[in-house]
Amino acid sequence: MKLITAIIKPFKLDDVKAALETFGVKGMTVSEASGFGRQKGHTEVYRGAEYKVDVVPKIRLEVLVEDEDLDEVVDVVVKAAQTGKIGDGKVWATSVETVVRVRTGETGADAL
Amino acid sequence: MEIDSGNTAWILTSAALVLLMTPGLAFFYGGMSRAKSVLNMMMMSFVSMSIVSMVWVLWGYSVAFGEGGVPAFFGGLDALGLVGLEAEGEGYPSLAFVAFQATFAIITVALISGAVADRTKFMTWCVFVPLWLTLVYLPICHWVWHAEGWIFKLGAIDFAGGTVVHINAGCAALALALVLGRRKGWPKEPMRPHNLPFVLLGAGLLWFGWFGFNGGSALAANESAALAFVNTLVATGAAGFAWIMVEKLRDGAATTLGIASGIVAGLVAITPAAASMTPLGALVLGLVAGAVCAVAVGLKYRLGYDDSLDVVGVHLVGGIIGALAIGVFGSLAGTVPAASLLSDGSAVLLGKQAAAIGATMAYSFIVTFILGKVLDMTMGFRVDEEAEATGIDIAEHAESAYDLNTSSTGGLGGPTAAPIAGDIKKVEADA
Repeated sequence: MKLITAIIKPFKLDDVKAALETFGVKGMTVSEASGFGRQKGHTEVYRGAEYKVDVVPKIRLEVLVEDEDLDEVVDVVVKAAQTGKIGDGKVWATSVETVVRVRTGETGADAL
Repeated sequence: MEIDSGNTAWILTSAALVLLMTPGLAFFYGGMSRAKSVLNMMMMSFVSMSIVSMVWVLWGYSVAFGEGGVPAFFGGLDALGLVGLEAEGEGYPSLAFVAFQATFAIITVALISGAVADRTKFMTWCVFVPLWLTLVYLPICHWVWHAEGWIFKLGAIDFAGGTVVHINAGCAALALALVLGRRKGWPKEPMRPHNLPFVLLGAGLLWFGWFGFNGGSALAANESAALAFVNTLVATGAAGFAWIMVEKLRDGAATTLGIASGIVAGLVAITPAAASMTPLGALVLGLVAGAVCAVAVGLKYRLGYDDSLDVVGVHLVGGIIGALAIGVFGSLAGTVPAASLLSDGSAVLLGKQAAAIGATMAYSFIVTFILGKVLDMTMGFRVDEEAEATGIDIAEHAESAYDLNTSSTGGLGGPTAAPIAGDIKKVEADA
């Protein structure tokens, strides 16, 4: 199994969620995050004083998938999250040793 | 003089309007401070309503407006506790004037708090308020507004408190900012406003209340009140607009903080001049005040003092502009006619205005600085470094403004319910 982690623009969350549901993903975890990449934040001005805001708000979305679905799900996320402008985010995947459904004790693919 | 019901009604209404300015100021300042210190910021305004209202009744009114004492400098103690106050003033009950003036004293002290955001020991502030009021506000108020006061007799014009309230508070703010020193991390760390809608709400309430501040200062429901009212409208509008135009040209964007600040700068500038300008003059004054103050708030970065919320740049500078403007282009057609450079070709009034400004600045700065130093050496005026870093709200008030641990309900790591033991037993007994 793989854990896909996607950092995306907050306003793209609905699109990504819809695309993943259409694909048939059963669940996901969404959290508010902040950070920066090449986009490097922005500048705000208060009473003439400039403030560099270098961490910008993002959404962190995590999805567990079976190995054979990995490429397709990553593709779905990337397509749905893309605006083509700087700051679109990143998607990466890591291997997962074990997954247990808390309610039933099922493990592995059955737990997804 | 017989009591006029119309005048009395307007003065009492104005007193209520001016009182509302202090909660307005609390929002204006509170929105500009950081989320971890907004409660402390607002509390400094609210506690000044508490303390000053008591002081005003006990001895404040008497020292500011009572007879006797040293007539040119401060009043006597004849009206201590408002006992023995003459029932009638000039067309209104004396108590109406007492109430109206109390609200001015309240907001003047509260104004100072903007300079010392995030770092002031609350109990020291509570001691500072009555002492500052007594040593600084009451004498200056007497100089300018009591018929025997030396600035009043000199003939300088301060219709509604340009010197007494704004220049005074601005100088005191500078003195306290110097006594307390810079906030940790200033000016490198970003300390941006945490809630701009609060700032706008506050500016709106201030503008609304200011119609009582300036209009009410006519102490009658008459032509002078109406002139001050219209001038308070147009100068303020112009100053807000001028500020954001400066921003648009200089920084590239017109900001909400800018228009709110410009509004306050305009209100400050028109205060002394409200009855000595034609509405057209007030419009010009507003434009000048908005533009100059927009630049003046940058001074603290050059000079290195941490006047956190720009009390100096807005109130001191705005107050000076308004007071000088009376001498430069005040109008003879005003209900308080000004023989200015423009209207009379004479610099005499301008000189008097400058003298009133200079005396107020010097007295306010020096006495406040000494008072601040004494309190700092005895009680300590500044919270410790850890309290400043964690946030003064929790350190000084055991509260936080916002529940930021929102895992939708109780929060992660947020407070757990811990009613005091007695209450638990009561709840158990009730069940």
